[in-house]
Amino acid sequence: MTTLPVDNPMNVDESPDTRAPLIIGHESFDTVTAEICRVNEAKKPPRAWYIAMAMSVSLLGLLGCMVGYLIFTGVGVWGNNNPVMWGFPIVNFVFWVGIGHAGTLISAILFLFRQKWRTSINRFAEAMTIFAVICAGLFPGIHIGRVWLAYWLFPIPNQMDMWPQFRSPLLWDVFAVSTYFTVSLLFWYVGLIPDLATLRDRATSKIKAFSYGLFSLGWRGSMRHWHRYERAYLLLAALATPLVLSVHSVVSFDFAVSQLPGWHTTIFPPYFVAGAIFSGFAMVLTLAIPARELWGLKNFITLRHLENMAKIVLLTGSMVGYAYGMEFFIAWYSGELYESFAFVNRAFGQYAWAYWIMVSCNVITPQIFWFKACRRNIWVLFVASLFVNIGMWFERFVITVTSLAQDFLPSSWGWYEPTWVDFVTFLGSFGLFMTLFLLFIRYLPVLAIAEIKAIMPAADPHAHDHDEEAHE
Amino acid sequence: MSTAPTPNDTLWGLAAVFDTPAKIMHAAKATRERGFRWFDCHTPFPVHGLDFAMGVSYTILPILVFFGGLTGTCLAIFLQTFTNSFELDIWALVPVVGYQFEVSGKPLISTPAFVPVAFELTVLLSALTTVFGMFVLNKLPCLYHPVLKSTQLKRITDDRFVLVIEAGDPEFVMEDATDFLRSLDPESIVELEA
Repeated sequence: MTTLPVDNPMNVDESPDTRAPLIIGHESFDTVTAEICRVNEAKKPPRAWYIAMAMSVSLLGLLGCMVGYLIFTGVGVWGNNNPVMWGFPIVNFVFWVGIGHAGTLISAILFLFRQKWRTSINRFAEAMTIFAVICAGLFPGIHIGRVWLAYWLFPIPNQMDMWPQFRSPLLWDVFAVSTYFTVSLLFWYVGLIPDLATLRDRATSKIKAFSYGLFSLGWRGSMRHWHRYERAYLLLAALATPLVLSVHSVVSFDFAVSQLPGWHTTIFPPYFVAGAIFSGFAMVLTLAIPARELWGLKNFITLRHLENMAKIVLLTGSMVGYAYGMEFFIAWYSGELYESFAFVNRAFGQYAWAYWIMVSCNVITPQIFWFKACRRNIWVLFVASLFVNIGMWFERFVITVTSLAQDFLPSSWGWYEPTWVDFVTFLGSFGLFMTLFLLFIRYLPVLAIAEIKAIMPAADPHAHDHDEEAHE
Repeated sequence: MSTAPTPNDTLWGLAAVFDTPAKIMHAAKATRERGFRWFDCHTPFPVHGLDFAMGVSYTILPILVFFGGLTGTCLAIFLQTFTNSFELDIWALVPVVGYQFEVSGKPLISTPAFVPVAFELTVLLSALTTVFGMFVLNKLPCLYHPVLKSTQLKRITDDRFVLVIEAGDPEFVMEDATDFLRSLDPESIVELEA
């Protein structure tokens, strides 16, 4: 397999009379299959994969140790204490759920809007979503204290005749996140089936043919199957679109339904959703930029794709900035003493450093994407996406901790300080995320092969008819 | 044209291999016009409009999904009112008892509070119906199929477009079918064993 040359300086030429190509360097379907499958079929992955894997597995091991330590000792190993009972675990939960939003946004909402460029990034954005939601699910799970009773979260009939409290936003969260995980997994798997069949048919060893064959369910590309498949995919997209908007809204209810100043605001659902999409796209950029370099996927994930994502980061970043401003405005405009205090305290109180990290990363950083030169510079994109990830973590920290640390009664004010266990657990969750992601890159098709073929000009069944029709 | 087809007992169907979407589109239309019904096209990706050119009728999947979603909504409403609003004892049916949750003077049937879970379960059951309904209608997982068995049709999932006429078609006569497929100018014709 030869790598096709990348010309047309990375697919960024602007020409108003022609549509930009969605992928470059490929005329035939065969080369697309070969170039994408090469990632999985290579005898050995690049050395960077081994290095990344070693680091990720080490972090994953650390996570295991920390969770074990927590379970055997108790939640006292964390910094959570009165009045800040929600420390790192909830911050990390919201952070990871937020990251998990880009995948379904790309696969569902951009699909409904017929943004065909999504085909180059949807597969691994969806994978990223699933792994991020796994990381997110971990934190509330271990935060409940008695981990062995985690099944109390679900309405399971039991000898105590006890049921969960459905008026609590925390229970809505259980349903929202588990539904989101299930639907994202289904969406991802349905998309994978034809591509797993491709890998099955190209497999050189019995084990590969068997395992890819098992998971491709005997897909044979029948047009009668494709008909129902396409309908199912469209339905899933239509279902996932309100779902993706609802998940972070429900997460925001955890805060907004309470009475605490700084949390009890109606702007929270849209503000959280914008923030989630913002952080999700930043994470897609963080992962896509090294991945396309290492596995030579530049023909598919062109600079134009990265530029489009940068534009979405700019848009959602500005929405988040607007929400920060509006929170302050309403706090002042409402004349509410506690609400005003909460916000002044955020910006100038004991956690002001966290607040200003958040503002500079989330509001100021994305503004560089107004400039074409920044949107098209790989290094600028990569560094900015890291800043956004950091900023979005701090956003959740600021929201969670400042409101709890200093609410109504000065006598119950406090100061939250995370312990080393908090930090290592958070770091370890990146190990879990990256381990899953690296395994995915190695063993599953990283790009949606069938979908990419379907958007190529050669896929048009009437490609040669136009001239004839013109003469008729 | 690689093989000269000869009739045999284990013949399941005849496959004609094409290399462009336009050719399979033309072939599918011609096959349908010729009167064949037990035929299928196998393609690496959904070729736009090919399903309707083949005469595939619109799938009932959306209707199934609607009822799946409706089940989800009803289930969620039942679940929440049973577990939180009434002390219903349905021991005679299943050994569970409901619980009357009285929290901060909120109404027993707290409709707004029950909306998120109702929404989530609607979406969840709709999505499950979509995917598993699609599997059932498509008869997946399919552990064995003559098209999968053939070693010459491995490129269906890569870049080849294959039209298969089953030998079971009432119109199927070996010689005629072969001649007909030849007339479509395929890359090759493959006999499929059952």
